[in-house]
Amino acid sequence: MKSFKFDWLVLPLIGMVVAVLIWHLVSQTVSKDLPSPMKTWSESRDYVLHPFEKRGEMDQGILRFTWYSLILVAKGYAIALLLGTPIGFMLGLSKAFAKAFDPIIQILRPVSPLAWLPLGLVLFLGAGKNASELGALFTIAVCSMWPTVLNTAVGVRAIPQDYLNVAKVLKLSRTKTLFKVLIPATLPYMFTGFRLSLGIAWLVIVAAEMLTGRPGVGGFLWQEYNALNYSHIILCILTIGIVGFILDRLMSVVERKFKTI
Amino acid sequence: MPYLELNNVTKHFGGAPVLKDVNLAVEQGEFVAIVGFSGAGKSTLINLIAGLLHPDAGTVKLNGKVITEPGPDRGIVFQNYSLLPWLTVFENILLAVDTVNPGWSKTQKEEHVLKYIAMVNLTPARDKKPGELSGGMRQRVSVARALAMNPQILLLDEPLSALDALTRATLQDEISRIWLEDKKTVLLITNDPDEGIYLADRIIPLTAGPEATLGESLKVEIPRPRDRKGINHDPHFKALRREVVETMLASKKDRHASVTRKLVLPDIEPEDLSAPPRPGWRKSPIRRREIKEESVEVSK
Repeated sequence: MKSFKFDWLVLPLIGMVVAVLIWHLVSQTVSKDLPSPMKTWSESRDYVLHPFEKRGEMDQGILRFTWYSLILVAKGYAIALLLGTPIGFMLGLSKAFAKAFDPIIQILRPVSPLAWLPLGLVLFLGAGKNASELGALFTIAVCSMWPTVLNTAVGVRAIPQDYLNVAKVLKLSRTKTLFKVLIPATLPYMFTGFRLSLGIAWLVIVAAEMLTGRPGVGGFLWQEYNALNYSHIILCILTIGIVGFILDRLMSVVERKFKTI
Repeated sequence: MPYLELNNVTKHFGGAPVLKDVNLAVEQGEFVAIVGFSGAGKSTLINLIAGLLHPDAGTVKLNGKVITEPGPDRGIVFQNYSLLPWLTVFENILLAVDTVNPGWSKTQKEEHVLKYIAMVNLTPARDKKPGELSGGMRQRVSVARALAMNPQILLLDEPLSALDALTRATLQDEISRIWLEDKKTVLLITNDPDEGIYLADRIIPLTAGPEATLGESLKVEIPRPRDRKGINHDPHFKALRREVVETMLASKKDRHASVTRKLVLPDIEPEDLSAPPRPGWRKSPIRRREIKEESVEVSK
């Protein structure tokens, strides 16, 4: 049991201490503008110790900002799943559909969120006050849906012929085949896609908030950069990282629950 | 008119014909076994009758009608069980019952499913998933699913070949018992001549592939119910088994003459590693191509 504790507690702690030391050294030598770990803590204390306080539109506790960001991500992510899963199914089921749309997907997939966002804003110019939220949602959805699309398509193509034969022999109707055979057989692949998509959605949020200036972790980061409060940038980076890590863990727990095979 | 009829059925995969000129006639209520080597095209034959594949030439007829697609009139038990792993035993069978009898009430369907679960002695496992069952139990579920559809003909595609000998024997007895109960038409495909003779009214050897075809049909005139132990000493059983095995082996022999294969031998000479290294002896292994002369004797 000793080695267990060593592997799970001591080694990660050593890694973190080393990282903080390097950070400290860099702030003392190479870049004097980089806030040191101590300075970062003392300037961020209010935001961390009163995480839900609201002092102004762009001056709120860090968890309150995180909450805004999470809500935006949840919305965009939901759109991505609702669009991505059916598209993935169609890609996997129909060769003609795959041939027709695979090239365009491959072209759109590597486009950065920074490139999509202006288009999203233009798209919803008519929406007035809501334009920035709709633009951000569009960007999150369009950037994060590709892993869901592609994994679902792969999953559908990987369904063993046996199961399809069962569906044929039992003369299952189309809907029954979809819900009793195709979806359960694809579920593990779909959830892998969902998990990757969530990771990307969380990446995109920061870019979206930075450019739209919405309150949230990303918006706060950008505002504090402009206000020359560099230590808050580090606070935001750490928050984003930790939240992303937790989301990924949660998703992999869900993913394991849905392993049907 | 025979109930199931195959006329000069030929099936190609890619270039090579797997089945060639297969003719088969099965009467209603008959239990016919087809015995063949693995890879001879047995599953292809079943898939043709099931309607999952279509013949390149010839016709497959059931009850006078040409088979074009799968249907609930043919119950199939696949070699690899083909149960849906995310459904329980009960749900797997219910799925089949649902499609065949959409008009039934819920309780009617459930009773029907439970009846067939009981028939294959799986009542205690009705709410288990296939992953929690042994191979033999899974195959019982598969049999129950096929029977619950109340098909006109039961197609068994090597249903027992993945099971251990004891389970296999038990399931053979069960199939025999179930068949005696309602005398369905059954076509059993197997690689075990004994199994075929023990279960069937008629046994037909499938010659070795490619271009496999059915051999002479042999009647099994052993009265039922058959006694597993006694059957081994039955002279008729012995004679049948000899004939089936000989037909199959003869077909395989013919193939052997036409097989040419390029052999590449490993280019290395075995060394005696236990011998102490001799001073001045070469370190690298001896390559065969370095040996000027060698004679290799190949025994058949």
